[in-house]
Amino acid sequence: MTDAAAPASETPLIAARGISKSFAGVEVLRDVDLDLKRGEIHALLGENGAGKSTFAKILAGVHRPTRGTVALNGQPVDISSPIVAQKLGITLIHQEPISFPDLSVAENLVLGRTGGSPLGRVPWTEMTREARRLMDLLGVKMDVTKPMRGLSIADQQMVEIARALASDSRLIIMDEPTAPLTPKEVDTLFTIARRLRDEGRTIVFISHRLEEVRMLCDRVTIFRDGNKIATDTIGNLTDADIIRLMIGRPLREYLHKTRAAIGDVALKVDNLTSPGLFSDISFEVRKGEIVGLGGLVGAGRTDVARALFGVVPAASGTVAIDGKTVSIRQPSQAIDLGLAYVSEDRAVSGIFRTLSVEENITAAVPSQIAPGGVIRRAIEKALASESVRKLRIRLASLRQPIGELSGGNQQKAILARWLLTDPSVLILDEPTRGIDIGVKAEFYEMIGELAASGRAILLISSELPELLALCDRVLVMSEGRLTANIPRADATQESIMHAAVPRTRVAA
Amino acid sequence: MNAVKSIMLRREMGIFVAIIVFCIIVGLIKPRFLALDNLRVIMLFVPLIMIAAMGEMLVIIARHVDLSVGSSLGFAAMMTALMFKTYPDVPLVLGFAVAIGIGAVLGFINGLTVIVFRLPAIIVTLGTLYLYRGLTFIASGAKQIDRQYIPGPLKAMSANAPNYWLPWIVVIAVAVVLLTYWFANHSRLGRQVYALGSNPSAAPLRGIPVTAVTLTVFSISGALAGLAGIMYASRWGFVNPSNTGWGFEFQVIAAVVIGGVSINGGVGSVLGVVLGVLLLGCVSAALPLLGIPGTVQSAIYGLVIIVALVIDQSVRERGIQALTTARGART
Amino acid sequence: MTTEPMSPTDPIAPSALDAAPARPLWQVILIRPVMMTVVLLILEPIVASVFWPQSMDLQYILSTFTLTAPLALMALVLTLVIISGEIDLSPASSMALTACVFAAVLQAGVPFPLAVLVCVGLGFVLGLFNAFLVVYLRLPSLIATIGTLTFYRGLAQVLAGDASIKFPEWYQGLNLVSVLGIPVPDLIVTLAAILLALLLSATIFGRQIYQTGTNEIAAQHAGIRTRLIKTALFVTLGVVSALAGMMFTSQLGTVRYDLGLGGELQMVLMAMLGGTYIFGGRGSILGTFLAAWLLSIMTNAMNTASWLPATQFCLLGVLLIVSIIITNFIYSRTQR
Repeated sequence: MTDAAAPASETPLIAARGISKSFAGVEVLRDVDLDLKRGEIHALLGENGAGKSTFAKILAGVHRPTRGTVALNGQPVDISSPIVAQKLGITLIHQEPISFPDLSVAENLVLGRTGGSPLGRVPWTEMTREARRLMDLLGVKMDVTKPMRGLSIADQQMVEIARALASDSRLIIMDEPTAPLTPKEVDTLFTIARRLRDEGRTIVFISHRLEEVRMLCDRVTIFRDGNKIATDTIGNLTDADIIRLMIGRPLREYLHKTRAAIGDVALKVDNLTSPGLFSDISFEVRKGEIVGLGGLVGAGRTDVARALFGVVPAASGTVAIDGKTVSIRQPSQAIDLGLAYVSEDRAVSGIFRTLSVEENITAAVPSQIAPGGVIRRAIEKALASESVRKLRIRLASLRQPIGELSGGNQQKAILARWLLTDPSVLILDEPTRGIDIGVKAEFYEMIGELAASGRAILLISSELPELLALCDRVLVMSEGRLTANIPRADATQESIMHAAVPRTRVAA
Repeated sequence: MNAVKSIMLRREMGIFVAIIVFCIIVGLIKPRFLALDNLRVIMLFVPLIMIAAMGEMLVIIARHVDLSVGSSLGFAAMMTALMFKTYPDVPLVLGFAVAIGIGAVLGFINGLTVIVFRLPAIIVTLGTLYLYRGLTFIASGAKQIDRQYIPGPLKAMSANAPNYWLPWIVVIAVAVVLLTYWFANHSRLGRQVYALGSNPSAAPLRGIPVTAVTLTVFSISGALAGLAGIMYASRWGFVNPSNTGWGFEFQVIAAVVIGGVSINGGVGSVLGVVLGVLLLGCVSAALPLLGIPGTVQSAIYGLVIIVALVIDQSVRERGIQALTTARGART
Repeated sequence: MTTEPMSPTDPIAPSALDAAPARPLWQVILIRPVMMTVVLLILEPIVASVFWPQSMDLQYILSTFTLTAPLALMALVLTLVIISGEIDLSPASSMALTACVFAAVLQAGVPFPLAVLVCVGLGFVLGLFNAFLVVYLRLPSLIATIGTLTFYRGLAQVLAGDASIKFPEWYQGLNLVSVLGIPVPDLIVTLAAILLALLLSATIFGRQIYQTGTNEIAAQHAGIRTRLIKTALFVTLGVVSALAGMMFTSQLGTVRYDLGLGGELQMVLMAMLGGTYIFGGRGSILGTFLAAWLLSIMTNAMNTASWLPATQFCLLGVLLIVSIIITNFIYSRTQR
């Protein structure tokens, strides 16, 4: 473990020693020692599940460590709750900013501040004035009397930062803040972060976007599998170094592409439009092809998928499957026509958490397991076991609730569900999100095999390496429109990003 | 933002306009409706619902609901009446204190059950609706407390005062409304109620004492139901275990929902609820004049709740749609 | 977001942490809400036979169950509605309304089969209206059906006023007819319970009811026609409440607008005591069936002990809250 030596004379703002954390017997953090200096921007890097978020949440009082100590300016502290953390000057800015949508911006800024009896007067004029002052300080124009509901994510983040300023926070932790932001908004955010750093505050920046980390941060700490692997100044590490430390082996080994024979057009979309969500979407996917759909969060990709699948039908436009024009108004029609959709958020729209794995896998093929309306258990068991075998799903029993499985295995079960419908067109929406890297590799293999067997695949993903590795072509959406159709040969992280960025907001 | 605020403003304007239009229409059919003594009838009907509606409003804004209001009213009224029957010389103030106190305890129990067992308020208060009603029966031996046992001064509080003085129960109702207005808009605890209803999961993270706020709103709702209970005794002069407050919660919830308080919490204004109660009062007063039997009333309240819910839902969805469009068009 | 278990150096090898071990079989069988009902069902008669021995005669139990039978019938279908993630508090009012219409129509001389058609048809329409509000307009079902319960009861009041409408002689006395020593209403309920239990556990429709209640969005994405399922359940409940009304009025011989007043509490209680999860996705017909008998026996005992109806109501209110608490507790404990 390498550590950049801190000057012996300077007490770090935060000194964490031996921090360990377990959730329900699973250890997610193991003996982490970490120093955070005053007046620095410190990045926490690592794959999903590496522990960086958990560590940050411990600092912010959301979790309490199973073992270990934290010292603030040399004094040991017990950060037992978010309120205590706030009092100590530690603020966490969540990825999805938390607010009270029906209350005004000014109220959101001030509510919860210590002091004042419950029946005390609410100082409306002072509050509004203070709120305006804070927003001016950040250089953000906003009407502080309007409700929070309806503010863009970027603005909501600004309000959370203003809150941190209002409580004079010394440590501001930002958890993956840039995912939903446009480059201009990212610029504003970074300028503010630098200013705060120059004022002597400490910023912790959690991310896995290397370019941003390099742009913004002074030092970097890399987590892997619950351990702190290394801490160093950003200048001392190359990207390759960082990646190696994050995943333990060179990235290249996981990403290789099997070429499949490309056949006829399986899915043809023309001028698909849904006002407010997307407009004039036209593309086609051939049998054996893997077409990627990239773009920033909020670009409308999932909306397109949901429209194609009939969850929220589009307002206008035509869709043709295997040459025949179809009108899909609900998912059951889509399934009958040979479409399958592995949705983005399996917890919300995928799994039946309390039902058995078996029931989950067979959920989309009622006619196969219950030909006359009565369920044939033997058929169901056979189908489910076969799926488990083929996809190498790790479980204790087919009858156990699917919620007991790990994320990767849950996702495999969902994929199994859709494969049972024998789709000709398979839409995958962020299929490897929240899955650790070993299982990811399995998924990439499976996706390749699916294409090779003649299916048409639309892969929606925000992970550029994934798109580059798997896809024959990459479509890019930006703010509801298709901005690019990039063949494999021309696809690079830059070309995809360039198309993903909203035109009128390109930073100079 | 602008859209949401103007919808709110429009909502209150809408209710106000509805009241005016309704009164004009009924006034044209039966001019007696607009006579002064009929206005007095409305004025005496309204205070009970107004008082309870203030409490219910706070509960619903906190993203809960209190279905036991009618039964709490009945129980508090019965206990107070029993007290007056047994000790006729007890000062009126004590009667008020007892009614409010009992109501507060009943409300506190509701809140406590919701918090400790993490049950939906609607289920808990559905259970206490029957529980408290049953207790009323037990306490009273299933017998009514007649006119002679209700103290004269109490009944006088609802009497049509000479000239232009308002009856006391109206004054009390106005006072409760003003207090609620101050609480909801100018006290920290009141704003915390709105915050809690707006985003219950964020509340503990933002230093809002969820338990305290929840217990408070339920206790207030119960206390005001208790106050309405003694007001009932004042207005009607008797307390009956089966009738007193039976079905009351529907009227209260109907008024609150009409008044623009969202079932999902976080949104609602005192002015809106006041207008909602007034509208309901006008409707109730118009029914007998128009020859519509009282039995239809419950049917109408049921319908009113449904309609108000539909409006509430469509306002929300239009608002969400407007925001989605705005977000999507963001360039 | 679930935390990922740590993968060892070779990411493809199976990890012992990949899935939590399955619960031991004895726990799965014994620690479930229907056990609560079974326990109560065993305890209660023991207690009752000690205090009020006369309430424990089998024939007596069977014949008094006929009074609970209509509510039990509705409670069985209500269980399906609750499992699907909704709730319906209006069946008792639907029952009263359809029964009043039925009686009025019979009195007007309409031939019996046609009158039945009208009665059942009205039940269908009332159920359809509920479905419209909840499934189509997406109103919260608890509040919406409180609205319709008030509305339907009000309509019954408008129709019948305070009067008691009598039924023809030949129609009365269903509860007096016995097959194999068991009164017909009891048999009807038992038959219905068997049918519905089979529906729920053995058919795909039943499976999809559970799936809809567990996660409606996931069910829609999986191609399950959730709106159709819920509509079918509300409509069925409406029809069954009409049938329950027909059963009830045969026993009573007359009908008033307040038939089954407060019955919604008892129905929901039966479902909750039977271990149905209020948030949907879990529950059993067996549980509700047992709970109906439990309630009937309890009411017997309370009547024999001369408890006031109000006191009984009190106890029911408490029982409702307690049963939900226990069910909640069992489900949340076994589901992490």
